Amino acid sequence: MKLTINNQPLELDVEPDMPLLWAIRDHAGLTGTKFGCGMAQCGACTVHVDGQPVRSCITPVASVEGKQVTTIEGATEASTITQALQEAWVHYNVPQCGYCQSGQLMSATALLSSNPAPSDTDIDSFMAGNICRCATYQRIRAAIKRAATQLA
Amino acid sequence: MTEQSNSRRHFFKTSLLAGAGLTLGVRLSQALADDAPVAGPGEAGSTALKQGLFAPNAFIRIAPDNTVTVIIKHLEMGQGTYTGLTTLVAEELGADWSQMRAEGAPADTETYKNLAFGSMGTGGSTSMANSYLQMRQAGAAAREMLKRAAARQWGVDERKVTVSNGVLSHAGAGFSASFGEMAELAAGMPVPENVTLKNPEDFVLIGKNNLTRLDSEAKSTGKAIYTQDIQLPDMLVAVVAHPPRFGAAVQSVDDSGARAIRGVVNVVQYPNGVAVLANDFWSAKKGRDALEISWDTSKTPPLDSEALMARYKSLARLPGVKTTSAGDVDAALKGAAQVISAGYEFPYLAHAAMEPLNCVAQITDAGCEIWNGEQFQGIDKPSIAAVLGIDPAQVKINTLFAGGSFGRRANPHADYVLEAVQIARASGLQQPIKMVWTREEDMRGGHYRPMFYHQLEGGLDEHGNLTGWRQRVVGQSIVQGTPMEPMMAGGFDPMSVEGSGEPYEIPNRSIELHTPAAFGVPVQWWRSVGHTHTGFATECFIDELAHATGRDPVEFRRALMKDSPRHLGVLNLAAEKAGWGNRLPAGRGRGIAVVKSFNTYVAEVADVTVKADGSFTVDRVVVAVDCGVAVNPDVIYAQMGGGVGFGLSAALGEKITLKEGQVEQSNFHDYLVMRMPQMPPVEVHIVHSGENPSGVGEPGVPPIAPAVANALFAATGRRIYQLPIANQLAA
Ligand code: FES
Ligand code: FES
Repeated sequence: MKLTINNQPLELDVEPDMPLLWAIRDHAGLTGTKFGCGMAQCGACTVHVDGQPVRSCITPVASVEGKQVTTIEGATEASTITQALQEAWVHYNVPQCGYCQSGQLMSATALLSSNPAPSDTDIDSFMAGNICRCATYQRIRAAIKRAATQLA
Repeated sequence: MTEQSNSRRHFFKTSLLAGAGLTLGVRLSQALADDAPVAGPGEAGSTALKQGLFAPNAFIRIAPDNTVTVIIKHLEMGQGTYTGLTTLVAEELGADWSQMRAEGAPADTETYKNLAFGSMGTGGSTSMANSYLQMRQAGAAAREMLKRAAARQWGVDERKVTVSNGVLSHAGAGFSASFGEMAELAAGMPVPENVTLKNPEDFVLIGKNNLTRLDSEAKSTGKAIYTQDIQLPDMLVAVVAHPPRFGAAVQSVDDSGARAIRGVVNVVQYPNGVAVLANDFWSAKKGRDALEISWDTSKTPPLDSEALMARYKSLARLPGVKTTSAGDVDAALKGAAQVISAGYEFPYLAHAAMEPLNCVAQITDAGCEIWNGEQFQGIDKPSIAAVLGIDPAQVKINTLFAGGSFGRRANPHADYVLEAVQIARASGLQQPIKMVWTREEDMRGGHYRPMFYHQLEGGLDEHGNLTGWRQRVVGQSIVQGTPMEPMMAGGFDPMSVEGSGEPYEIPNRSIELHTPAAFGVPVQWWRSVGHTHTGFATECFIDELAHATGRDPVEFRRALMKDSPRHLGVLNLAAEKAGWGNRLPAGRGRGIAVVKSFNTYVAEVADVTVKADGSFTVDRVVVAVDCGVAVNPDVIYAQMGGGVGFGLSAALGEKITLKEGQVEQSNFHDYLVMRMPQMPPVEVHIVHSGENPSGVGEPGVPPIAPAVANALFAATGRRIYQLPIANQLAA
């Protein structure tokens, strides 16, 4: 499979039905993207494909050939939105166990890309697909708003 | 010079060669001395320390580069212990926060034991409480050695050397130095026998600052390493098949389909399942799904949770083992002007941490090495040694961040850790094997918060005084049949009833317990343990009694807790901050609950809005907490908010049910956990206190469900007797 992950062309020797999540984690060696449910329920595996958030656990790797895949590692390097969010995440000490946070940040990046000044309701509905068992939701809301303000 | 300081000097010389400076207490175990791939918050482990010497208090390492690393004996699973314990050391050391680092301790179970357990492990919200003096003393001893070193170097009186913000100085002579600069010399100083700890008024870090958590950055960039992320040379991934019913055994396996899948390396059978080993997760999972297994379920009963609850209810009609008794409750109830009765039902609950259970195990001729979000070294290490027939010293455990636990990773049987070890052994391979449970295995793997039923009777006299309280509790014991059974010395499992009826002063009281004989569903502690149900039953029932007397629920409670000043403190503070007593518009309601758990006192007030269709929202939660000295206020706020969220999640929608012996739920589509739109704003107020600190990881959980149930009553006049609340009000 020929993939482009974080602007890097990669040739991975995997079956076409392998979910993108496992190609990223087990073959590209990028472990920031997490496995939480495997059925598009929790958002821990969120990455961007051509700028759109997708659940990599149910996205066959064959379907993203020729597309741009961005993981938390790539967004940390290149996205000013992600970087602003990360500054806010650290400012508010958002993470507890931290396991969901890569997915939260990738969803939040997608939110601010399409809606630079989201309301509470916008945030809640956009982020509803990302579970945080530590329930850091309140700080995530605050951090998204801080990042939005910083970016404005 | 004493012998001890000579050996320290020797240590220092050898460790300096390896690039390290002062190691206080210098008790570096083998595990630390080896190259651990990841031992701390996203950092490569302690490769700097190649030389292992042993001495007590191996908690601090100061490097020539001026970093101070605190070796943390507790698992960081989100509760903030890396930051908390490091704060204690930094405070006494006089360090600057920016130079502090934290690293997970090796499983040197004696050195790093939890002083509350007498064994190495994390739980019961004890990390801060048991470390408070120990870590401060370690920091103070390091400070004294640094000061002595500075005095020696500068030729000044040691008492005139001061330290603050990570700088040693002598004002008169104008000398100053960093810790890193003084590390070499400090390592040769004798360890002080007695150290003086700071007066709390002089604290500059404890309780004063909102420090940046040491793990915030790694966890905000995807760099933090969890067990799931471990990648080692030649590592295989194991995906497992578990029996459809607890306790069933493999009858036969046809693994030809699995072995035909590309990437599959091996299929192994072990006592409670079958594992497929492959080069990556996906191949292993495809292999697992292709297994044809017939299970022998003949010895497993077709359990049904509804039938079980019916049995619990009938048990509750009979007297149980008395766990608390005062006065004569039968007479009090008989003589009461009014008797109120209520029964409360609690389902099994899954921990469902975001990181599904996993563990990496490697068995070589030298022994066994584990990589794990390790919570229970004191149990896991000897259990692994016993299973493999090796010496515990041959078991090395690398502790990683855990993506949540909520109690699950501390299993009295070492269940999932031993499973990984058994798979590695059955494979006969010497390479590392990462066992990964899918979400479905995690959800169906048992070790749940037990199902419980509480039957309560309260007697009121003609003046509305509460004269009698009988609480019958029915549910499985967590420790019965485990190595921790000695906790049942009193003839019952104290965790089944902890907190029942407390702290109310009632002249005639009886708490009684029925513990059904084991029937195969494994149970375990779940964030705040017994208080998850005892707190609900007690706080909902007291609220019901208050209303029966026509008194305000806060007033009613106050009158019954005159001798419990810390309960009163949080009750009053939460009520005041929430505006208790202010009128609310129709459709809205406000409820309160107060629960002490793990020596921390928490009161919570919840505001709800109920719509015409019976659906509702929780609009706001006010928390008052008294946990003694508030070491890290920001962590306390986070744990209270997180505890409210975790408890509310269970109250709103979580339940594990059994039908025909099988768990009905399997993933987040049918085990409904709370999502962002349901999360209320939580406002936390900390009671100022000089008491020794107690934990905050669990105590935020118990009061929220009863506070919400009481608020729903205030809004609708309808009581909640069954959790989860789900859509009961729509009926
Ligand atoms: S792992 Fe993909 S949504 Fe949960
Ligand atoms: S921080 Fe633990 S699951 Fe979100």
